[in-house]
Amino acid sequence: MLQRLRENKSAQGTLLALPTMLWLFVLLIVPLVLTLVISFGRRSPDGDVIFTFTLDNYIRLMGYHTDCPGGQSRCFDPIYFHILWRSLALAFNTTVLVIVLGYPLAYFIARSHPRKRNLYLFMVLIPLWTNFVIRVYAWMMLLRKEGGINIALGWLANLLGIPFEPFEMLYTPGAVLVGMVYEFLPFMILPIFTSLEKIDNSLFEAAADLGANAVKTFLRVTLPLSMPGVVAGTILVFIPVMGTFIVSDILGGRQVILVGNLIQRQYLDARDPTFGAAASLILMVMTLIVTYFYTRRFGFGEEIVAV
Amino acid sequence: MNPFRRSPFVILATVLVYFFLYAPIAGLVLYSFNASRTNVRFEGFIPAFGERVVMDGSLVKASPCGPFHWYCDLAKNEDVLEAAGNTMKIAIIATIVSTIIGTMAALALQRYDFKLKPFSQVSLYIPIVIPEIVMGIGALTLFSQLFQFLNTSLNLSGDARLTLGIVTVTVSHIAFMIPFVTLVVQARLQGFDKSFEEAAMDLGADEWTTFNRITLPMILPGILSGALLAFTLSLDDFVITFFTNGPGSTTLPIYVYGLLRRIITPQVNALSTVWILVVFIAVLLLQLIQNRTEKAQH
Repeated sequence: MLQRLRENKSAQGTLLALPTMLWLFVLLIVPLVLTLVISFGRRSPDGDVIFTFTLDNYIRLMGYHTDCPGGQSRCFDPIYFHILWRSLALAFNTTVLVIVLGYPLAYFIARSHPRKRNLYLFMVLIPLWTNFVIRVYAWMMLLRKEGGINIALGWLANLLGIPFEPFEMLYTPGAVLVGMVYEFLPFMILPIFTSLEKIDNSLFEAAADLGANAVKTFLRVTLPLSMPGVVAGTILVFIPVMGTFIVSDILGGRQVILVGNLIQRQYLDARDPTFGAAASLILMVMTLIVTYFYTRRFGFGEEIVAV
Repeated sequence: MNPFRRSPFVILATVLVYFFLYAPIAGLVLYSFNASRTNVRFEGFIPAFGERVVMDGSLVKASPCGPFHWYCDLAKNEDVLEAAGNTMKIAIIATIVSTIIGTMAALALQRYDFKLKPFSQVSLYIPIVIPEIVMGIGALTLFSQLFQFLNTSLNLSGDARLTLGIVTVTVSHIAFMIPFVTLVVQARLQGFDKSFEEAAMDLGADEWTTFNRITLPMILPGILSGALLAFTLSLDDFVITFFTNGPGSTTLPIYVYGLLRRIITPQVNALSTVWILVVFIAVLLLQLIQNRTEKAQH
């Protein structure tokens, strides 16, 4: 038997990949199927799952409730619809802001002297590897009424002789946006840097020889060639922002509720896993649709492995 | 044209973005020396000498640690130590397992043809394209349904009941770490020069010796960087751990998150500062290793 295995290349390959495939099957694919199954189920009074087939959870997500104040069987309340829309809009805004802030920095690093490049990259890696929760906490301290931003603004106002009253920035949509941008900025800088670094310098010389000025060279050479990095960065930023709940939880309080918070609360406070399952499947489908159309338009960046 | 020329706009933007990246961290570190238990305002550094110091308007006994008072407090906090221990335990076991089986999969995908190859290659991208929360609640659903079934059908009660804990966290971590290890090792295998292996075989080495003496040492840097990536991902993970942990398996990120929803003393800042310092040293070492291997290759 061992002899047969030695000659059978296909069996060897299967055997080597088997542990990984089993692990991923049991812990990624089975859970997804199970989530789908319970999303059609119902919640028992003590928070357990009753396996049936009902579309109630999805109908509820679309805005139709069964527990109406007037006693009707269904009434319309678009609260969950708003939550989904808010999450999509926030993910979009975060991605755009992160590109705007990250691109110049990536460009700076890629155009810096090779000897200094590692230092500049290192300075991006430190915030990236600093724990996610700690970074949210850092912003919580800055945005408070007594926090760093108000102190800085007060000092500036004092300098200019304008009266200044510290105001609460925490628990606003703006706070959540700033927190998200801060958390995900490094994930955009690194792939853009990788694609910019690959560009052959002779291309810039050719552009200059042909009479292109700096702006034209950037628009016609640099930007198009760095698009794979922007695409990879967008995937690395957009998808996690859609599902993150810590940033909105800590910086948004009860004011800013995203899909992630909705799902988390169904599992912990509201104890309705079936509704949480439906919400998380909708979240997954939404991100897959956006990613599918986005990558079909721009391609799937190889730079995704850069991070 | 000088390829290193950058416009003043780019330089200004760079300075501002670096400021944006580091100002919050600097604030965090500063407040870890705060002479105020409530940590609302910065009340100055804790004096190094003196028997009694003023803190939040009242005289308290001076700490022997002086400005590092909150760090000493941290070292005495058993919850933190336990959480740190759990975090390390989970990360070490998950890294060993995911590195071994992830490397095997990378070899299979890069070197062999087999029926399920396209399926296994695609499944590696699942953790990248699916939000982490979906995987987290998926794992939670799996474990809770499975445990409920086993507990009732096997009639388990009391301590014998299966619950969420270190095992469920570790098993789930391994699942999302494997794809990262495999992709990193696969990238390393792509540039692999097969002539060394062929030479070894020509000289009479069998397959196992060739793998042990030639292949493994050559792909070792790839395996190591895959393992380091997996280790950091595990140490850092919040979402998957949040949904799969149970009593007694709190990790550091979960512990800090719990504190943020309650009263925050500068101890949290001290913990964050120590953590950032550890990250700083780890990233520095990683860069040095990478530079060395790059130089050795050229």
